[in-house]
Amino acid sequence: MHAALVQFKPRKGEVAANLAAMRAVFAQLAERPIDLIVFPEAALTGYFLEGAVYELAFESATLAAKIDEQWRASGAGGAVDVVCGFYENFGGTFHNSAIYVRCGEPDGVHVVHVHRKMFLPTYGVFDEERFLTRGRHLSTFPTPFGEAAMLICEDMWHALMPTVAALKGARLLIVPSASPARGLGGDGELESTLRWKAILGSTAAEHGVYVLYAGLTGFEGGKGMGGATCAFSPRGDLIASLGPLDAGILRVELDTGEIDIARATIPLLGDLSAVLPDLWLDEEIPVTRRVEERA
Amino acid sequence: MTAIAPLPIVDASLDEPSLAIDPALTARWLEAFLHDELIERRKIGRAVLGLSGGIDSALVAFLCARALGPENVYAIRMPYRASSPSSLSDAQRVVDATGINVETIEITDAVDGYLRHAPDADARRKGNVMARTRMLVLFDQSARRNALPIGTGNKTERLLGYFTWHADDTPPVNPIGDLFKTQVWALARRLGVPTEVIDKPPSADLEANQTDEADIGITYAKADRILNMILLGYKDDAIAARGFTRDEVRLVRRRVDGTHWKRHLPTTALVSGTAINEFYLRPVDL
Repeated sequence: MHAALVQFKPRKGEVAANLAAMRAVFAQLAERPIDLIVFPEAALTGYFLEGAVYELAFESATLAAKIDEQWRASGAGGAVDVVCGFYENFGGTFHNSAIYVRCGEPDGVHVVHVHRKMFLPTYGVFDEERFLTRGRHLSTFPTPFGEAAMLICEDMWHALMPTVAALKGARLLIVPSASPARGLGGDGELESTLRWKAILGSTAAEHGVYVLYAGLTGFEGGKGMGGATCAFSPRGDLIASLGPLDAGILRVELDTGEIDIARATIPLLGDLSAVLPDLWLDEEIPVTRRVEERA
Repeated sequence: MTAIAPLPIVDASLDEPSLAIDPALTARWLEAFLHDELIERRKIGRAVLGLSGGIDSALVAFLCARALGPENVYAIRMPYRASSPSSLSDAQRVVDATGINVETIEITDAVDGYLRHAPDADARRKGNVMARTRMLVLFDQSARRNALPIGTGNKTERLLGYFTWHADDTPPVNPIGDLFKTQVWALARRLGVPTEVIDKPPSADLEANQTDEADIGITYAKADRILNMILLGYKDDAIAARGFTRDEVRLVRRRVDGTHWKRHLPTTALVSGTAINEFYLRPVDL
């Protein structure tokens, strides 16, 4: 399986220009066989929109048609799967979402799945929940490469999220992200990127999943998006990574058979499945108390 | 019975958040910021900055030269008659080292022209008049060259309120405003800012023998560590436990708490549901 992770640098709010850039990426990738192309969070608008989010949000079907249109116009030919982060207008409720579409099929574009970001950061530099509604479901979905799940940015920072996705069967975690970089004290690497890679790598290793991370790049009002687009193997090894600045494409080849090998060698996910009922039924977990309080 | 040998003990002292930066990464980051902000976003490839002979503006000159090309950077030296002659020559060292353009525009006539109407002005007021006159010159010289004024204020002076409101802080783009003074020093060394500029005591150069640290009452080295911990939410006791006197912590916290207004736009009375930046919210770059 061949995947391309696109470290995208959008022009703020200029959707048409960003779709044209997406088309150019498709055309560039058409040189070689490609199965999956991943764009970052908020790729077609930029991340910090504040009140303009309501003007720049898409309905998922509209976005799917636009992505398919770019794929067909690129001259690439054939079918391909595309993931793209976007601000979604879902019947008048607005979400930070990621769409998984299959483009280029004779019968048109297929929307395979839409994930609505569940953890909306609203602290420090972030203000998402002021403008957006959080998603309520974490679902996996079938792809030609096996069961997959999408987690958007902070979704990934809560260990329970990838854990639940893996328990539900995900073998591939796709992480579109827009991470304002901070901390210049790292040795050649931004501190926020070091934290990201530690999370991505440990998640991949713990659950035996491929983790594909596509990071937004470029500056938005002084805040530089950290880029660092990267992929981790089911053993937790960094396969490859782009740097913090500049747009680029990371092309990786994945062997889904490695997932089975990793899980057989270190069966942490299987062990968790066995122990989970004990954890889940533990009445000391505050979730239980909250349910009781509601009753 | 054999005696049990004592085990080795490792003592770790109280941890303190680090102020260290990777200078190469920081330089690359700030150059990319300037390039994106000026050329890609605003389509303005020229920068104007006030070059005082001090380290902050010297560092910004180096960063702008690297990001935009020295031929697109215009340094303006704006001495007042009481300014130290060494400031001019230190500024020249920066010009020589970077290859940027330079012009000297004396502000004495403009400043004294106003001060004739304000004979009671004390040193603080005079300093503010000079700073605001320099701001006026900087913006006019930017308009003349179809360039953008670049700010040179660092995080330490911004936090301590050690600047003139709507003067030093006015330029729309500032690459070093989130760097503490000690980080400015570290980056300046990496970029090859002349040692004479790095090693001299920082001074606003409003009066002879004036230094920032004497004005503020604490060294930058200490102030930066205290500021960093205040910003991260450390209580005074926790900061003092890391090697500071109560007076030092109080001094820094008082300056920060007393100057929040200087880090904001003017306070506007809210009377509608569409008040700008309260209800009507748009990012600066859309």
